[in-house]
Amino acid sequence: MTVTFYVPQDAAALSVGADEVVEAIRLEAGRRGIAARVIRNGSRGLFWLEPLVEVATPAGRIAYGPVAPEDVPALFDAGMAEGRGGLGPTEDLPFLKAQTRFTFARCGVIAPLSLADYAAMDGWKGLARAIAMEPAAIVAEVTKSGLRGRGGAGFPTGIKWKTVLDAPGAKKYIVANADEGDSGTFADRMLMEGDPFHLIEGMAIAGLAVGAEHGYIYTRSEYPHAIAIMQAAIGLARDAGYLGASVMGSGRAFDMEIRAGAGAYVCGEETALLESIEGKRGQVRAKPPLPAHEGLFGYPTVINNILSLTAVPFILDKGAETYANVGFGRSRGTMPIQLAGNIAHGGLFEIGFGITLGELVNEVGGGTASGKPVKAVQVGGPLGAYFPPALFDTPFDYEAFAHAGGLIGHGGIVVFDDSVDMAKQARFAMDFCAIESCGKCTPCRIGSTRGVETIDKIIAGRDVAANITLVEDLCETMKFGSLCALGGFTPYPVLSALHHFPDDFAKAPRAQAAE
Amino acid sequence: MTGKQSGKDANMSNIPRLAEIIAAHAHMAGPTLPTLHAIQAEFGHIPAEAIQMIADSENRSRAEIHGVVTFYHDFREAPAGRHVVKVCRAEACQAMGGEAVAARVAARLGLDFGATSADGGVTLENVYCLGLCATAPSALIDDRLCGRLTEARVEKLLAGIER
Repeated sequence: MTVTFYVPQDAAALSVGADEVVEAIRLEAGRRGIAARVIRNGSRGLFWLEPLVEVATPAGRIAYGPVAPEDVPALFDAGMAEGRGGLGPTEDLPFLKAQTRFTFARCGVIAPLSLADYAAMDGWKGLARAIAMEPAAIVAEVTKSGLRGRGGAGFPTGIKWKTVLDAPGAKKYIVANADEGDSGTFADRMLMEGDPFHLIEGMAIAGLAVGAEHGYIYTRSEYPHAIAIMQAAIGLARDAGYLGASVMGSGRAFDMEIRAGAGAYVCGEETALLESIEGKRGQVRAKPPLPAHEGLFGYPTVINNILSLTAVPFILDKGAETYANVGFGRSRGTMPIQLAGNIAHGGLFEIGFGITLGELVNEVGGGTASGKPVKAVQVGGPLGAYFPPALFDTPFDYEAFAHAGGLIGHGGIVVFDDSVDMAKQARFAMDFCAIESCGKCTPCRIGSTRGVETIDKIIAGRDVAANITLVEDLCETMKFGSLCALGGFTPYPVLSALHHFPDDFAKAPRAQAAE
Repeated sequence: MTGKQSGKDANMSNIPRLAEIIAAHAHMAGPTLPTLHAIQAEFGHIPAEAIQMIADSENRSRAEIHGVVTFYHDFREAPAGRHVVKVCRAEACQAMGGEAVAARVAARLGLDFGATSADGGVTLENVYCLGLCATAPSALIDDRLCGRLTEARVEKLLAGIER
């Protein structure tokens, strides 16, 4: 009997030796005369367990992890080929069981490039339903779901689509923003590597909804594995008639291509991204005009984060109400939250809005990896605020985070233990802004550099009170004077570090003397 | 108009192949970045003579194309070393001791970030996020992704690539 093993080919699994584990399994199975079939799936998103090996058994898939190549002979001795030992059924692992996986239902389960696997787990159902609907009805369904932009801005997706549907244009475009540059985020990458047809389906639905016949996925050059898998998936979907002149035989056309960025964080800003696809420097455009009116190449364009686009097939298939029934306040549906940094159980945790930050960090995430107390968590990437444990009762919700002086961004949470120096983190936020500024507006281009210099003075203990006032004033200017979120949101990490961790900005001279 | 401005590094032998690559992308909408990626994949950098050729093909100014090449961190105006080591310096890696790992890499290679060794063996660069934030700290050594780095593991990995 052939034994089926699943070993992820997700980039994070590869970074901790998944390929070597596959080799070890093949070698050991061969040595024991066991016929082994290894399927390279995406990741389940339990990254502290990667490489996570699963073995198919009549009772379901049994999990083992983290597996090192040298562990493999002992695992076979303990009966891995029959599903004995290990962590038990994957689906019963508490981290997975506690989730509400609407968007990531297939990720890590299927072979990413298997059209049969995709179709067997509800694939293409949302698209099939959309084909039977009028464009305005598709848009209405998305509006009714309450879906808001998962890139961070939280703008209602249905309203954006309606604007494009109603905009006159000889052509229209769908652009998937997969320029996932925030540290602490990896959901886009996981999804493209683990369930690529899902993004294709979401974009095709968007195309039908607004009357666009061409789409672009813009992703990062730092994601070569995701690019390769998406490219292969686009080819397979085209060959199978899900893309092309007649999508699923509907007589309506939609096709797409993938474009790679070139190492510019600011290209995650939607107008800079459009400039980049057009072959220009990734500089932000002034708004208006909105991309929905004048976007890519001057045509009406839906530009959505890929987590927004991949929420759509579920909404069309299961209905807007099923999606909207989950959530909190005005934040409806689920958010794929990414737990990263110094955390015991790092990974992807998809759940309805409303779970608190403290539950995420301490209960789901299990606290720090180092075992030391949590000092701060940064939510929403390099432009997100640092939260102290005192604010851990904040529910994960667009409005609640805004009220607490932060943002949820793309759903990344980076945990720091008590060894972190928050003055250094504030300096890094300004420095990162200076490195990545597109240079178009002065508050961001000059302000970030002056910010680094001024924080350096504070760290050196020079005129601390006066320089803190100066940094606060500078942040005010950047927040209200910048063209986009890069300059406009850099004040979030800087000011939150200052306000929640003032001791780190006052102790520097003494600490230096002591070293 | 091409000859005089194509810079001191102009290498006439590159031109036929550059012309082929540029022509192969000319049908695309917004061909500039795909063209530059293809050129860099083959030449290891963007040869100076490519700038005017792309400008001519796209009916844009040489200044515009130069502006694009210099805007994006990925595009190189000179070849990198035979090996490229990129260490993530972003927050999730910082939270897991990434700065100590980065310092160890720099010391081990005897290079500052952004520098290439004199013998052309290794280039050391920063990268801001490889999307491996739950297996931090991480680095990219040539095409090999490396997660959960420790200073000890860095020693082993770097020993494997050296010259």
